[in-house]
Amino acid sequence: MEPILIVKDLKQHFTVNRKYSVKAVNGISFEIYPGETYGLVGESGSGKSTTGRSIIRLYEPTSGEIIFNGHKISGKMSEKDIKELRTKMQMIFQDPMACLNPRKKVVDIIAQGLDIHHLYKNRQERLEKVYRILEKVGLSKEHANRFPHQFSGGQRQRIGIARALVMNPDLIIADEAISALDVSIQAQVVNLMKAIQKETNTAYLFIAHDLSMVKYISDRIGVLHLGHLVETGTTEEIFTNPIHPYTKSLLSAIPAPNPKVERDREVLTYRYEESGIDYTQGKRQKISDTHIVLATDEQLKEWTK
Amino acid sequence: MKERVLSIRDLSISFKTNHGVVNAIRGIRFDLFKGETVAIVGESGSGKSVTVKAIMGILSSNGFINSGKIDFTYHRDDEVVKKDLVQLSKKEMRQHICGKRIAMVFQDPMTSLNPTMTIGEQVMEGMIHHYGTSRKEAFKKAVELLELVGITDAQKRMKSYPHQLSGGMRQRIVIAIALSCDPEILICDEPTTALDVTIQAKILQLIKDIQKKKNISVIYITHDLGVVAKVADYVAVMYAGKIIEKGSVDEIFYDPRHPYTWGLLSSMPDVNTVDEELYTIPGTPPNLLRQVPGDAFAPRNHYAMKIDYIEEPPMFNVGGKHRVSTWLAHEKAPKVSMPASLKQRIEKMKKEAE
Ligand SMILES: Nc1ncnc2c1ncn2[C@@H]1O[C@H](COP(=O)(O)OP(=O)(O)OP(=O)(O)O)[C@@H](O)[C@H]1O
Ligand SMILES: Nc1ncnc2c1ncn2[C@@H]1O[C@H](COP(=O)(O)OP(=O)(O)OP(=O)(O)O)[C@@H](O)[C@H]1O
Ligand SMILES: [Mg+2]
Ligand SMILES: [Mg+2]
Repeated sequence: MEPILIVKDLKQHFTVNRKYSVKAVNGISFEIYPGETYGLVGESGSGKSTTGRSIIRLYEPTSGEIIFNGHKISGKMSEKDIKELRTKMQMIFQDPMACLNPRKKVVDIIAQGLDIHHLYKNRQERLEKVYRILEKVGLSKEHANRFPHQFSGGQRQRIGIARALVMNPDLIIADEAISALDVSIQAQVVNLMKAIQKETNTAYLFIAHDLSMVKYISDRIGVLHLGHLVETGTTEEIFTNPIHPYTKSLLSAIPAPNPKVERDREVLTYRYEESGIDYTQGKRQKISDTHIVLATDEQLKEWTK
Repeated sequence: MKERVLSIRDLSISFKTNHGVVNAIRGIRFDLFKGETVAIVGESGSGKSVTVKAIMGILSSNGFINSGKIDFTYHRDDEVVKKDLVQLSKKEMRQHICGKRIAMVFQDPMTSLNPTMTIGEQVMEGMIHHYGTSRKEAFKKAVELLELVGITDAQKRMKSYPHQLSGGMRQRIVIAIALSCDPEILICDEPTTALDVTIQAKILQLIKDIQKKKNISVIYITHDLGVVAKVADYVAVMYAGKIIEKGSVDEIFYDPRHPYTWGLLSSMPDVNTVDEELYTIPGTPPNLLRQVPGDAFAPRNHYAMKIDYIEEPPMFNVGGKHRVSTWLAHEKAPKVSMPASLKQRIEKMKKEAE
């Protein structure tokens, strides 16, 4: 099977001022296959959102190649590729309020993509599509004529999800899409995303920090740290056989809903500066066909002892 | 005797909207003790943020408090002062309470940071404004605070603007600002929602350390039950503007009594959840534009009885600190117990804790 998305050695650097530039994403490679969920995890500032935004071309990548549905979408794009990208790839954002126009009604926010690309025959069909999607995300028709500020944080996030889903995309980049939701709605949305995936074969790039949810939803996982993909593998491989010390520390920090255990949990600390590891020296080392770790030969030997 | 810092009684809050009046908070009561942490959990829209915004006196302009009081007890030099925050003017709140004695970390870091000011200025502002700290002193303290919340290169980052930071870094700045004036109560509204687990673990530890050192009290809103398990002494579960179950963290996690709490606990992915669907609570919360007859949870409650649709259940005392508002706790109600799968999960948790 051909991947729906191929990311090759993607770099995204930001110039803050003449002396200071941030290497937010520093040479990462991975693929996503149709109908699968690729989870991207890593600490705050590790470049998860930047990766998502570069892929959907909110940024101009510094270097590297991105191929979507067989079309190269890094560098210059044709009109047709732009339209393909804007309809077939959708993003759900981390910050629900910042991306909802406060002066627009919910119905118009959700239908925006449909409007731009003329994806309905008449007003009736437009409205029906919006109602159907509202119901799917656990809101009701009555909400369609309200404004974003009249919703709670979690409700707003569902509007963002509806806006992406209504386009029937091949790939959805979900950047912390469920983080602001409470558990029961998280479960609803995750079940919903899974059901839609089964039905439509949509692939997800699922960016999140809640590892128990990532574990549940993802087929494969990539672990990002300081702009480098330090480890990637199937969910099973990452959780049962983590190799990289950063992955190990990440897994040790997941809080369990068990007060007596939580009170004296020890979190493995990992400090890059003190670890003696230099990510730029690492190679992509194959543990299995699907499991890859960024390491030098010596590090790999030590970590797999 | 434990010292009661905050005591909320019969608080009821509504919002005027184009569609009518939304009864967002329908009579809640709880206490916060010195040095302790109360966690508020509940579905989106259940009224968690509105509750804490009322404490801060920052309800939006269409909101009003129908009834109730919020008694805040604090120390001014050697004097013990007790004030009902509901009665204070916006100006009094701003001058004496907000940001100084009660500080809040918001759900949405971008809205609480000023995009046109450097983060350094923003961390220093409160100290200068509330305590007249000198700029030099404030700068030093600000750098320390940034280091405390885990910002590397703190000195350099003082000059950054919010948009130059990642979501998680921004949230840590907001926490640094909240801590800058040594508050007696720290309110955290989903403070780690945007953070990854390692930083979250650090920040939770940080809040705990500061709490121990300064004996501050914390109100913590989160939907992550793992986080609740880690930080809370006491848990309040909210549904449709009411607290429907409350108790010590152990009581709520190992002996939940309300079907809604059962639902919340069941809907988390378990370590062993494989491909089956996650449990979800059927239906949606009631529309608070209308009066809710009986128990607001009844239409979604698998165990609902006739009376649930007619009369609102009182708070039943089920021992210890544990209170629950469901007719199932009535002595004459049929005995129902939690779903078997949840029971198994709790048994397993108890074993792990041994
Ligand atoms: N427009 C920008 N200009 C300058 N630096 C930026 C910009 N956007 C992001 N960065 C920097 O790039 C790095 C990665 O940020 P990014 O938002 O991708 O992190 P993240 O992994 O999504 O973190 P979080 O979990 O906190 O959302 C950070 O150091 C951030 O400060
Ligand atoms: N300014 C407002 N005008 C009208 N209704 C409002 C306003 N602010 C809040 N509400 C309503 O009050 C109820 C409680 O909202 P609140 O923000 O407290 O929810 P929450 O429990 O914090 O949810 P979340 O977990 O999604 O943040 C919701 O039904 C919401 O729609
Ligand atoms: Mg991000
Ligand atoms: Mg809220």
